[in-house]
Order: sequence, then structure tokens, then C-alpha cells
Amino acid sequence: MKRRKLDLKALPGKSAQEVDTRLPVATPLRGVLNKVFPDHWSFLLGEIALFSFIILLLTGTFLALFFEPSLQEVHYDGSYLPLQGVQMSRAYETALDLSFDVRGGLIMRQMHHWSALLFMAAIVVHMFRVFMTGAFRKPREINWIIGLSMFWLGFTEGFAGYSLPDDALSGTGLRIASAIMLSIPVIGSWVTTSLFGGEFPGEIILTRLYILHVFLLPLILLALVSIHVGLVFVQKHTQWPGPGRTNKNVVGERMFPRYAIKQGGFFMLVFAVIALMGGLFQINPIWLFGPYEAAVVSAGSQPDWYVMFLDGSTRLMPAWDIRVLGYNIPPLFWPTVVLPGILSVVPMAYPWIERRWKKDYASHNLLQRPRDVPDRTGLAAMALTFYLVLTISGGNDIFADKFHISLNAMTWAGRIGILVLPPLAYYFARRLSLGLQQHDREVLAHGVETGIIKRLPDGRFVEVHQPLVAPDEHGHTDLPYVGWTVPKKMNRLGALGPAVRGFFRPIEQAPPPQQEQEQPRDEITSGKH
Amino acid sequence: MSETNTQVRDAAGVDLANPNLTRFDIVREGARRDGVEIVHYEPQYPAGSKGERRMTRIVAFFFLFTGIMSTLFVVAFIWWPWEYELGPHASKYYTPVLGLTLGLALVGVGLGILTWGKKLLPHEIAIQERHDGPSSPEEQKLTGTTLQFIGEEMGLTRRPLLKFSLLGLLPLGAAAVAVPVGMLIKDPHHPDVLFKTGFAGATPTNPIRLMHDDGTLVRPEEVSTGGQITVFPNIPGGASNHYADSPTLLIHLREDDAAKLNGQLYTINQGSTWSSFVAYSKICTHAGCPASLYEQQTNRLLCPCHQSQFLITDNARPIFGPATRSLPMLPISVDKEGYLVATGDYKVPVGPAFWEKD
Repeated sequence: MKRRKLDLKALPGKSAQEVDTRLPVATPLRGVLNKVFPDHWSFLLGEIALFSFIILLLTGTFLALFFEPSLQEVHYDGSYLPLQGVQMSRAYETALDLSFDVRGGLIMRQMHHWSALLFMAAIVVHMFRVFMTGAFRKPREINWIIGLSMFWLGFTEGFAGYSLPDDALSGTGLRIASAIMLSIPVIGSWVTTSLFGGEFPGEIILTRLYILHVFLLPLILLALVSIHVGLVFVQKHTQWPGPGRTNKNVVGERMFPRYAIKQGGFFMLVFAVIALMGGLFQINPIWLFGPYEAAVVSAGSQPDWYVMFLDGSTRLMPAWDIRVLGYNIPPLFWPTVVLPGILSVVPMAYPWIERRWKKDYASHNLLQRPRDVPDRTGLAAMALTFYLVLTISGGNDIFADKFHISLNAMTWAGRIGILVLPPLAYYFARRLSLGLQQHDREVLAHGVETGIIKRLPDGRFVEVHQPLVAPDEHGHTDLPYVGWTVPKKMNRLGALGPAVRGFFRPIEQAPPPQQEQEQPRDEITSGKH
Repeated sequence: MSETNTQVRDAAGVDLANPNLTRFDIVREGARRDGVEIVHYEPQYPAGSKGERRMTRIVAFFFLFTGIMSTLFVVAFIWWPWEYELGPHASKYYTPVLGLTLGLALVGVGLGILTWGKKLLPHEIAIQERHDGPSSPEEQKLTGTTLQFIGEEMGLTRRPLLKFSLLGLLPLGAAAVAVPVGMLIKDPHHPDVLFKTGFAGATPTNPIRLMHDDGTLVRPEEVSTGGQITVFPNIPGGASNHYADSPTLLIHLREDDAAKLNGQLYTINQGSTWSSFVAYSKICTHAGCPASLYEQQTNRLLCPCHQSQFLITDNARPIFGPATRSLPMLPISVDKEGYLVATGDYKVPVGPAFWEKD
């Protein structure tokens, strides 16, 4: 029998047809290929979080192959000589082994930790972008809530991971966490002993944190990430206002090939930054801290950065103990349980609060520039200031030490600052927004400042403005503001002429110099006379 | 732009069988059917131009760079000495070398892909219609009625018994909750858990000796005047994390400070000091960190976690920071053989406060 000749050229088409007869994908697949995405640098912040999460999953899986979350007492017998023979938990021993006795283990550990920090940082910055541009508004409130939930899940996930190696720092953190749980009224002691299987630290806590850290929380996070990205996909991304852009369309690039390729390149760059940091910047050198011992702590013990604001709120809390009928609510309860509760619920409700406040019940697909919504920008500045005061207070002993300030003065500065600075930030951010708005309107009405000062016959000096379009008889232009950048510099109007591409030498022919045309530029030329 | 625009408009409803159609015409038609209008599609460089060749070379350079860096990474991963050696040694550079080679390899591939996408692929502007807003009233009605119909078919309103029998299923939910809760729950009021420490068995007649973390016993003369050490109950595992609530600070006060303290002891602390020695729980009453930074000059103990400060000449009363409770005092004495002993457990539970802790 004659063998049928395999036509390689027809193979892709033929196999595609074979797939399509079984699973008709032609139409939906084309829909995905052709899906249009708007582009702006600020849309990439969330991507950083997504990419760090992927790297967390990859490096974490590798670490899990070597780590054992056991509190069983052992004597260290690994390569790191300074700790030889020291009594420690099996968890700390395996974390040390990962750092010293597994080839490439240390860079994996460090990449895991750095990408966790980057994950949280990207979430925070992304959240600010979404808030300040109004991307959380209808119809995207659910995604805003999912995003906030992911911040707190990431927070818990990070804390659980921080606690696992059972070094001096993580044990101290865990002990504070147990005290926080204890502080909850009525059920605190029950929750704590149930979670720790008895008294702190017990024997079981790392096993429980481990399953939380490597299974439950990543699973929930993965599900939420999928829903989050899926909703962006289905609801279509918001876009900035601009030429041709309306509330009813998306202007950008189709997903394939250019948009997807840019995403791929960006993923590689995020990965590269994490690899460089994981290799070059030491993080959490647990072998220097030693194993956790209940009686040992050192000055300057700090949690990971995203926990510091709660550490700060704890430090600033006045010593108010509420005691009623033999029961009491310790001061620890307010800054570590009530405050995070408020900080989750209020932002989650904010889209609806703003709807009522501004009486704006419409659907919005166009973003707002922060200056155009001064109240919201003020709130963002207020939140940021609140957060910064708390975060700085979380390291106030370091500040006191490095700058030779009294520690108690730092605490008092934080206590006063947390009340005074956020309202001030609100005020200044709001005024700044209004000022910027006004300046935009000025340019639209009078033109761009040229920097050319003209002396009038009567001796006055005025600055010459370049109008954006031909002005009316009063020298005014009546351009509407469309919610997008207004040119503020002459270069933006092409005053320098077109740029010639090329680095050291031009890679293209410079266009011939244009003839002076009769244009409404006479004001500038008159300035030169 | 306008030219492309009109072309797109004209292309509406093209005949796909037309052999004169270019591939791009078909692509544009596909996009049109997906509600996408490609209004601008323009190569960044003319095909075969100097600029295009230059960009191609740049992409190729980045990929080659990645190839070299990845090779270096693999070589370093296998052959660079990685096993720990004490002191300066090439193994100290193992992780930095891995990070540098891997990072640069990824930078190369990242920049290569980005250059490819941003410079070599045509620049385009496409517009897609959004279809948000609610479904049409007709659709809403069809789906809504279907749901209502399903609800009615279940017949809960017509068959009351069914409704009540559903209540009978509640214990199943209770069972689902009871198992995990029952498995996890521990009673915090068991005396050993939150209310007693490793000194629990001590009595004036049968005291528990104090020891260092290495298990050696403690004599008063070991602590110089104004000095402090951390001590533990001399019981099996007394210095281990199993007795995380038991670490105790033993302080040898100066004579005048001791007199000051003994003059203003709380009733509960009466008789707990010995000579000019006093022992406080090391576990901070705020969040449980070891409150161990001792300022000899001011007689303050500082907790490094949240900066609560305790005045040891006044029952370790909190004088700054978030702590509200004094550090509990351990009743101590010296036995016949001259070792320091605890003559009882702490009189109030040590560590952070909680609801039932008075």
C-alpha cells in the first residue's frame, strides 16, 4: 500500500479543522484574538501584581519540596558552622538547609520573599490608581471589592509565610499575632487556644499555618485572581478620555499580536527584576537571627513592610484598658482588630458612598484625572498620609535611633500626626487639584505660556501666550475641557519641530525645514521683533 | 488615517469567496464581525528599510544576549562552588552570580520581546464597541420568568410540609460545623493553658529553683548590683519554648532603688522580693514580646516590639506606650544551699491581656 504523503504545509490548517469539528472554537477564538485593549502605563501596575503572584506560585512550589513545617526539637547538623549543635525546630532546620544545603535554594527563598513584597506593593499602588481615577465606579464595584479582599488575603498569606521558618523574627511575630487574637472580646481566648492547640506556641501551629500558606490561601487567591482578570476581560478595560474615545467604545490595540507580546515582554522584565533582587539583595537572613526562643528578642525587629502600618497603629495606641464587671478589652484590640476591620469595610463600601455623595448613578467606562475629582483625590491623599504616618510609626524605634530623637517623642509625634496630618493632606490635595483644573482652563482659554515677556508701550510687561486655536477678537479661545491632558509647554505643540529618530546618528532622513507659513503665530514673532 | 478608515467602511459585508481579497481584508472583515473597527494600521518602518533592519538586529542582539547569559547561568549553577564555607570564599558569591546571570538573561528576553512587539509590529488603532448596560427587557423577562417558574415548580409554597421538612435538614448543617469546631476547640480555662506558668508547682515549702537557659542554677552573687539576667524554672524543658510563658527577669536593684520598691509594693506583691532582688515576668503584658531592654540608669524596662516602658522600682508599672498592666512579680527567695528559688507561681496570669483576665 502506498503511504500517504504528509503535507506539512497543510498540517496546521488541517489539525485546526479537526479540532473545530469536535469543539467549534473558530468564532470565540477570533473574538479573543480581536479583543481590543486600551493602553496606558498605569494599567500595568496590576499586571505587576499578577506576574509576581505567578512567580510566587513557581518559587513556592520549589520551596515546599524541601521545607518541613514541624516544631519537633532537633540539633542542627548542617553546613552552616556557627549554628552547629544548636537546638532548634525541624522547620528552622529545613529552612536553613534550603539556604545552605540545597543547590540554588537560597536564591529561590529570596526570590520568593522579594516577589511577595513586590506583590503587595503592586497591589497597593494599583489600588491607588484604581481609586484615584475612578475605575471602581459602576459597573466595576465587584472587582474593587475582590481587589481589596485580595490585599487582605495577600497580607495574611504573607504573614503566614513569614511565620513558617520559625526563626527569632517569625516567632516574635507569631507571638504578637496570638496576643492580637487573645484581645478579641468574649471569644479571644477560645480562638487562640483552639488555633494554637493549647498554649502558645504549642506543637501544631506551623502545620496549620503551612496548610493555610501553601494550600487554602493560594487557592482562594488564585480563584479571586481569575475572577478579577475575568471580569476585566468581560466588562472590558476602562480607558482614558481622548480623541474618539467615548463611554461606549474601547480604543486601543487588538489583543494579538502586539498587545499580548508586550505583556509577555513585561512579564519577563518583572521576572528579571525579581531574579536580580533575589540574587543580589539579601532578605530575611534567618541564620543570623537564630531559632525562635520565647525569651529572646532584639531591638529593631520589624515585620515585612505591608504589616508595618498595623505595627505602627499598635505602637501609637494609648494605654486604654476598658474594664467592665471583671471583664476587659485590652488596648491591643483597637489598632489590630478594629482598625483593619474599618479599613476593609469602608473602602469596600466606598463606591456606593460616592454614588450617594455625588449623586452619580451612571455607568462609567472613562477614567477621571485625579485633578477633576478634588474630593476623591483629597480622600486618597488623606488615606495615604494616614497610612504613611502608621508605617513610619511602625519603625519609629529605627528613626529614633538613626536620627537621635527621643523614642517617646517619636510616639507622640505619631499620635498627634495621625490626627492632624490626614485632614491637612485632604485640604492641600483638594486645593492642588482645583489649582490644576484652573490652570488647564487657563491654557484652553488663553494658550500656552511661551516664556517670552513683552513690554507694552505703556511700560507694562506681559507674557506672550500661544493660543491652541485661532483666537477670537479678544484674544480668547473657547475650547472645551475633555478630561484629558492639556498641553502646557511649547514643545508639546511641536515648537521644536519633529524629532529625528536615532541614537548617535539619525536613522532616517530629517524632513526638510518647513516654510514659514502664515499662521496665528504672529504673537510669538511679534515678541521677537 | 482617513484613507484606511474609508477602506474599512467599504469592506463591510465583503464577499469572502472573492479571490481578489487580500489576507488583511479577511482579517479586517473578521474583526468587523467581532465589533472591532481597525481604523489605523501602519508599519512603523517601511519593509526592508534601514530602520527596520536596525530594529531586527536589536531584537536579535537581545536574544543572543539572553542565550549567553542563560548559558552562563547554567554553567555557574553547576560548576560554581556552592557549598557553605566559613569565611571569605567563592561560595558566598553563588547566589549573587545566579541572580545576576538569570536576571540579565530575563532582561534580554524581555527587552527583545518588547522591541519586537513595539517596533517591528505595525502600529494600530482599533475601536471596539462596548455592549454593557442591562440586557434587553425582553431577555430579562424571559430569564426572570424561567427562574420564577423553576421556583414554583419546586412547589414550596403549595406544599407546606416540604417547607417544614427542610428545617429538618438543619442538623446536617450543624454536623458540618460541629466536626471542624469540635476537632479544633481547646478550652483556654484549663489551668495550665493561660493561667499558669512553669513555676506552677512552687510553694514556700517546696520551691522551684531558678536556672539559666543552659540549665545551671542561679546564685544571688552572680548578678552584680544594677544587673539583670533571664532565668527559667528549673524543671524539665523549663527553658524551652514549651514554657514560653515562664522566662523571668531577675534584677539586682541598687540599695536605694530596692528600698524605694519595697516601700511602695502593691499588696499582691508583698513579700515577693528577696533582699534587693526582684523577679518580673519577661513576657510583656501588651503583646507578649520579651520586654527585655533594661535601662539601668532610669530603671526602666523597654519592650522592643511596641515600646511599652515599665518602671521596675514601682512594681514594673507601665509608664509609657500601649501597655496597661504591670509585669507580674515572681515571689523569690534563697534556699538553704544558697540558690535562688521561686516560692510560688505568678499571682496574676502572665502575658497579654484578654477578655476574662481581670
